[in-house]
Amino acid sequence: MRLELPYDEEDLLAVRAGEEVLLSGILHVGRDQVHRRLCGALETGSPLPFDFRGSAIYYMGPSPAPAGHVIGAAGPTTSARMDPYSPMLLEKGLRVMVGKGPRSSAVTDAVARYHGLYLYAYGGCGALYSSCIRSSRIIAYPELGPEALLELVVEDFPTICLIDSTGGQC
Amino acid sequence: MDLYEKLLEELKRAVRILPPDVEALIMSARSREESALGRMVLDRIAENISAARSGPVPLCQDCGMFHALVRVGRSCPYSMAEIGDEITRACRDAAEEAWYRRSTVSDPVYDRVNTGDNLPVVFNWELVDGASVTADILLKGFGSENCSSVRMLRPTDGEDGVIGAVLDMVRAAGGKPCPPMFLGIGIGGTMDKAAMLSKKALVREAGSRHPDPRYAKLEETILERVNSLGIGPGGLGGCCSALSVAVETCPTHIAGLPVALSVNCWADRKAHVEVM
Repeated sequence: MRLELPYDEEDLLAVRAGEEVLLSGILHVGRDQVHRRLCGALETGSPLPFDFRGSAIYYMGPSPAPAGHVIGAAGPTTSARMDPYSPMLLEKGLRVMVGKGPRSSAVTDAVARYHGLYLYAYGGCGALYSSCIRSSRIIAYPELGPEALLELVVEDFPTICLIDSTGGQC
Repeated sequence: MDLYEKLLEELKRAVRILPPDVEALIMSARSREESALGRMVLDRIAENISAARSGPVPLCQDCGMFHALVRVGRSCPYSMAEIGDEITRACRDAAEEAWYRRSTVSDPVYDRVNTGDNLPVVFNWELVDGASVTADILLKGFGSENCSSVRMLRPTDGEDGVIGAVLDMVRAAGGKPCPPMFLGIGIGGTMDKAAMLSKKALVREAGSRHPDPRYAKLEETILERVNSLGIGPGGLGGCCSALSVAVETCPTHIAGLPVALSVNCWADRKAHVEVM
């Protein structure tokens, strides 16, 4: 099935664990340091660098873009490292996560509680994902280099739903 | 010495194109995998391998940390300083010319400022007979390296203890290291020596067997047991959890049995160069 981003509530709720989901539209990118900073901003009540409503976050840090390319290799990083931060972000409305590997039970519970999605992106497939990305720009924390917060526009970006909004898992 | 030139070319290839032994094992897994999701993962991996081969984008955005295993012949005419400098220079220039992501930070705990050139290289030196210099460079990705570990077993734990420790570590890794995995196991020495041996094991031709039939059997047993854990490609379930297990050993102390596991993702990227 396909999921346009920013997502419509109805479309998000229709996704079931085990289905292949092709993402198109705006995909935000942040990994370890971005998670730390987003949670820090929420704790201190500072403004967030993007609107969580309708958004999805992809755990990724790209390699440099070769000449003539939008971005370099752009596959997922290990989601488990984001586990300590994800429940807080889900609670605050960032409900769709894209990464690789298993999640903690706290994250699984939070996905069900806040009706989110955890989508698996194919680990190690950086060249493949590079070809699904139409544009890329840094929207915050440029000093983090490859870990900066990005906004991508993606097309037919392949994932598999591992945890759906009802808490269903595969 | 043309170590720099040869290694630079090899490293520019290694970030995009897998060694033939590694690619062959991945392709053979596609016909063996029983789980539908596992097959989907392997199909996407195959697509990714073709996309990277046509260049210039690397296979994976994590282009790894350079880990060099260097074997220096006793009668080799070059100094360790010359060899080390050429390897470092080749790594730095390959990262620049082949679009490697810069993934190394200067200080592990406090600053974590990117060094900007993927240096320093982690060196593992070995003195061997002969006059040649052999350099094997792993592009060691950290999704998998975070799953690597050392266990200090009791000397009486024996074969069952070794198998149990490895299975524990692999079970804990689960889907995190981008399976199907390539496993390097170091047994013996001190804690650090076992860890270095586990990297040396990753350098061996994937799927090759240890010359000692007892360790060859141990490799086969571990591979079989790991594949019965059900982790599968991408951690989505299946029988292809690991594609290769290699064991390297050395003498150890009467009081100990160190066992180290280095986990590598399916993108088992490496460069190999030998100069006379």
